[in-house]
Amino acid sequence: MSAPQTLFEKIWQRHVILEREDGAVLLHVARHLIHDGSAAGFRTLRERGLPLRRPDRTFGTPDHYVPTTTRDMATVTEGGRRDMVAALDKNARDFGFTEFGLNDARQGIIHVIGPEQGITQPGLLMVCGDSHTATHGALGALAFGIGASEVAHVLATQTLWQAKPRSMRVNVTGQLGPGVTAKDVIIAIIAQVSAAGGTGHVIEYAGPVIRALSMEGRLTLCNMSIEAGARAGMVAPDDVTYAYLKGRPYAPTGEAWDEALVFWRSLPSDEGAVFDTDVTVDGSAIAPMLTWGTSPESAGPITGRVPDPAAEADEERRASMQAALDYMGLTAGTRFTDIPVDKVFIGSCTNSRIEDLRAAAAVVKGRKATTWAMVVPGSGLVKAQAEAEGLDRIFLEAGIEWRHAGCSMCVGMNGDLVAAGERCASTSNRNFAGRQGRGARTHLVSPAMAAAAAIAGHFADVREMMGAA
Amino acid sequence: MEKFKRIDAVGLPVASPNVDTDQIIPARYLWHPRSDGYGQWLFNDLRFSEDGKEKPGFVLNQARYSGAKVLVGDRNFGCGSSREHAVWALYDHGFRVVIAPSFGDIFYNNSFKQGLLPVVLPEAEVTALREAIERGNSTQVSVDLEAQTVTGPGGFTARFQIAPFQKKKLLEGLDDIALTLGLSDQIAAFEAGFDRELPWLGVTQPR
Repeated sequence: MSAPQTLFEKIWQRHVILEREDGAVLLHVARHLIHDGSAAGFRTLRERGLPLRRPDRTFGTPDHYVPTTTRDMATVTEGGRRDMVAALDKNARDFGFTEFGLNDARQGIIHVIGPEQGITQPGLLMVCGDSHTATHGALGALAFGIGASEVAHVLATQTLWQAKPRSMRVNVTGQLGPGVTAKDVIIAIIAQVSAAGGTGHVIEYAGPVIRALSMEGRLTLCNMSIEAGARAGMVAPDDVTYAYLKGRPYAPTGEAWDEALVFWRSLPSDEGAVFDTDVTVDGSAIAPMLTWGTSPESAGPITGRVPDPAAEADEERRASMQAALDYMGLTAGTRFTDIPVDKVFIGSCTNSRIEDLRAAAAVVKGRKATTWAMVVPGSGLVKAQAEAEGLDRIFLEAGIEWRHAGCSMCVGMNGDLVAAGERCASTSNRNFAGRQGRGARTHLVSPAMAAAAAIAGHFADVREMMGAA
Repeated sequence: MEKFKRIDAVGLPVASPNVDTDQIIPARYLWHPRSDGYGQWLFNDLRFSEDGKEKPGFVLNQARYSGAKVLVGDRNFGCGSSREHAVWALYDHGFRVVIAPSFGDIFYNNSFKQGLLPVVLPEAEVTALREAIERGNSTQVSVDLEAQTVTGPGGFTARFQIAPFQKKKLLEGLDDIALTLGLSDQIAAFEAGFDRELPWLGVTQPR
């Protein structure tokens, strides 16, 4: 009998084409996802006169540079941005891969539409020139972000040279309290293990809290694996996964479904499988979280206060903490619930799925926003479903903007920016200095917490607004 | 890609942990082609004020470190986004080596594609090297890839580890795509087996 294997090892091994003695492994790529920032890879193909090796394994959509106020690219005044979206259309035509273009109802953030279309499936090695590719691990895929040179390599060869990463299991025990979401879980994990805690690792999230998460919640969780330093994060497939996938456009049907199911059910880590690193997080102790600094690891529960650098023993850490507070315009000891908010952004590949919008709408319903806020659905299909459920009305009646799908204010590449000095409650994944715009101050929160901030005008414990605390 | 063997140059101490790729190259520049020269935007928002004036407090603007080619950073250097533009910006500005206790994984991989050597040393050694550069009589750092050594001011010496295939790639300036295309037969044979075992991956939809 062979040694017990982890989910990660099983998928890794299935994609190994060859292993060199010097440690380099050539891996097959089962799905390659493309977006409007992937242009450099196609430039390499053109320069070398190479074809796209597997158009049938390549799927793309414009998301980073698209406007969210309109679907008309002609209204975009900055030529460079327009060209990026046009280049994706041209590359799709010239190289023959499937593109969900700007005027296709299926367009959206690549990490939202992969699962939505059933392109993302358990047991597949998937890559994309975007660090949030880890999102797809929620379905039990091994998915990670790559750089532009690696994108070109995958386009030309459908393979990738990698060194084998280490494995880490993050076991989340207990049960989540009311008002606590997958976003709070992943922020709490990062706060515990640090922004470099997962470096060199692939994380498998396990334990009762993870099992109880919906597919949307698992996508949020895996999405921010990179913020813990990990290339990939994954959740073993189970009935939640299969129920989510069934009937999706690219999912198998009939006999092929049954055949796929046998394969998928063989994937979860074997009993006794050994991980290089094991971490346990007490899920019952997690409160709604927010970040206060310029790294996702700088986070605390909404019931807390801005920490005091003076209490930090290490001189260098003290200095970097003070620099973060200076950038964020925060004073040590301030209650989180006393921090006013200038802007609220609900969207991004972390939190723009239907469940996220429902959670935000539940808080907003019957109330008025007291600060500028917008909701950017993750895809055209999420938008349509939300509108069918009347969520758009709830947001609009509260004075919150309702936009078209795209990456938007998570990264600001389309011009949706937070101004210098402005403070944003954001459901996105990065609170880096300048991420949402030069001088922008970003606090990461869940959709329900973002909605609560939009109503209150400052950070607020959403549990009190839900009457649950 | 240019080969890298060894360098003897000014070291630049950047003493902040978690220097992310958004700080190295802000997202608003990413639509530019490489030929526009990414070096001009390296650490843009740390280096220049909004009106384009140099911020004297930032190390890259200090005469002491003029012409630096070896960046000595801190924990988790290059974390965040997969943008290879972060490596372009460092390389185009003249950097050939980044030394840190740990790196963002994608940044680390991207570096080898552009001829930038990422060197991992224990945190205490990196701190010692940074301080030696900041306080010593000299700012000169030598990095020898063949010997896997770093030497710096005040008698600083250290050895580093690197995967043999990545070392070879830099020493010889190898191009991955050309190398892999040479394995086309093996790849095709693998794909045929893979596609047979997972036939449901062939599902298609109207465009």
